[in-house]
Amino acid sequence: MKKIATLIGAAAVLTASAGVSANTLETVKNRGAVQCGVSDGLAGFSATDSAGRWQGLDADFCRTVAAAVLGDAEKVNFVSLTATERFTALQSGEIDVLPRNTTWTLTRDASLGLNFTGVNYYDGQGFLVSKDLGVSSAKELDGASVCISSGTTTELNLADYFRMNGMSYEPVLYDTSDQTISGFEAGRCDILTSDQSQLYSLRIGMSDPDSAEVLPEVISKEPLGPVVRQGDDQWFNIVKWALFAQVNAEELGVTSANVDEMKGSNDPNVQRLLGTSGNMGELLGLDNEWAYNIVKQVGNYGEVFERTVGTGSPLQIARGLNALWTDGGLQYAPPIR
Amino acid sequence: MTEFTPKPARPAPLSEVGLLGWMRKNLFSNISNSIVTLLGLYIVWQVLSWAISWGLLNADFVGNHRSDCDSGGACWVFISVRWNLFMYGFYPQDSYWRPNLAFILLIGFLIWLSVPRIPFKKVGAILSLTVFPVAAYILLYGGMGLDVVPTHRWGGLMLTLVLALVGIVAAIPIGILLALGRRSTNMPAVRLVCVIFIEFWRGVPLITILFMASVMLPLFFAGGTDADKLMRAMIGIIMFQSAYMAEVVRGGLQALGKGQYEGADALGLSYWQKTNLIILPQALKIMIPGIVNTLISLYKDTSLILIIGLLDVLGMVRQALADPAWLGYPAEGYIFAAFMFWIFCFSMSRYSAYLERRLNTGHKR
Repeated sequence: MKKIATLIGAAAVLTASAGVSANTLETVKNRGAVQCGVSDGLAGFSATDSAGRWQGLDADFCRTVAAAVLGDAEKVNFVSLTATERFTALQSGEIDVLPRNTTWTLTRDASLGLNFTGVNYYDGQGFLVSKDLGVSSAKELDGASVCISSGTTTELNLADYFRMNGMSYEPVLYDTSDQTISGFEAGRCDILTSDQSQLYSLRIGMSDPDSAEVLPEVISKEPLGPVVRQGDDQWFNIVKWALFAQVNAEELGVTSANVDEMKGSNDPNVQRLLGTSGNMGELLGLDNEWAYNIVKQVGNYGEVFERTVGTGSPLQIARGLNALWTDGGLQYAPPIR
Repeated sequence: MTEFTPKPARPAPLSEVGLLGWMRKNLFSNISNSIVTLLGLYIVWQVLSWAISWGLLNADFVGNHRSDCDSGGACWVFISVRWNLFMYGFYPQDSYWRPNLAFILLIGFLIWLSVPRIPFKKVGAILSLTVFPVAAYILLYGGMGLDVVPTHRWGGLMLTLVLALVGIVAAIPIGILLALGRRSTNMPAVRLVCVIFIEFWRGVPLITILFMASVMLPLFFAGGTDADKLMRAMIGIIMFQSAYMAEVVRGGLQALGKGQYEGADALGLSYWQKTNLIILPQALKIMIPGIVNTLISLYKDTSLILIIGLLDVLGMVRQALADPAWLGYPAEGYIFAAFMFWIFCFSMSRYSAYLERRLNTGHKR
């Protein structure tokens, strides 16, 4: 079975790379819009608000790419994709970039004809516990009953974690995350486990969100990042540096509010970022204002984070691993020079 | 000598007639029946009282933010703020008149064709199969001076109706042709093709077909020749449903007595005269329940397109559940989606019941 899957995958990659035009930048400019594949509904990452506008960390990354390439963050065609069809949509050229809470793993990077451009959200599996339990660390969970969605890697990670720490647990399996959270609310289990980004959104959906809290421990690595097709290095660079530009902007203190002021800054780093000196944009095949457009129209990484999943959103996710390296997090971008 | 005058008949005792009598006879005829009745009433009362207080009495209907939902019952505000999205998907707001007009046209044609008193049925049928599809296509998609609205912006109820309608209109004639082909005796090649077609499409799950259409096809003709995703899904649905329809029609054809076929042959009618004038009118009448059954399941199957990222009513609802500003209202969302499906399926089934009564010629056993 695995062999067949690999064969089909390989055939798919071959056909795709033969057929899809290699110059994505050209295609996007001619079309006048970025075709962007997002999740068909994940709170804080890509979901439509009641006016029908796509909101979220991933949706805003689509706008970031559009701002860099076309100078207008609104020139995006959002394509909602299910988890199973996301990679084929990219391979077949239906979309140009795929920021769809996709975990960066070696298998995906090496065998699917794709390139991961970076990490726009460091996720990991965590625990939601009811406050009545009086637990402050996952190490105290010996003997707990755990609500899980069945058939996910979550289940396997959980088993590994408890075995490693010599603890026992009692699984309570559900099919969907809606059922899992209602099981948790009804007291069928002591804790609920899922990716941390999901835990926060499940928590808001509870009738009394304050009765539960997310534990600090993260028991698996889930780096989520935007993906592009392999074989178009120019486009790969553009998408990669669009993310780096946002992180650099945050590090240099450039925000959407002060970006016009900052254009007059004496700091050579800011000057190179905003295109007032050097020709960074041209090296990428873009306008020199590329990063200025990103920050002006979409914001720097911190702004986007706070607006979509952080303190400015109902999700209230702490920066944690996603803080800048200078603040003890993992977000670190190579210098623009 | 007094003449015998019969006393006027007394009315039956109150306990035997009317509601009371019926209840005594059917609901409380003995102890176990009474217990079951009371238990049933209790359960109905429990469910209904909860449903009414949750869904109506304690529910919130007006507002535009989740803070307006504070009375503890259902939050229908969640539906009302997203009403347009559930109806039209991401269709541009200033063009809502286009799907609206197409829908009004559709209703107009349906009334024309389904109400017996309105004359010129033939003209109506021809117009609805030629002019209407073109007009609806131009209205929904664009062209002829209207802005093009690419299909990835279609969604909601509009998408459900488009898929179901195209599926229904295409599947019935294709199904009839396939069934006739499968029954043909003197054209073995045609029969073989029809049998293979039917058995192939009926043998694979619709999800697989949609998935192949959405995921594998673009890889085979990658780049440039990008056939529309909605169109690919639509063709998949038509193929699948016409195979089912073919078998329903074949059942109807087999139910007709052999005498009908032989009588038509004896009159010297050609094959198509025989089929159009004698066989199909009778067979289609028998098949109404089967056909409507297939159509209703087709209507509900359209919701499967959400696995290929097209967002019909159900897809839009599921998608809305992920909006951080409105987390936690899955019950309201799914009830709304179920209600949307129920309305259309129930009307189809009522119309078919009416049609059966109207076409009843006393042959029913």
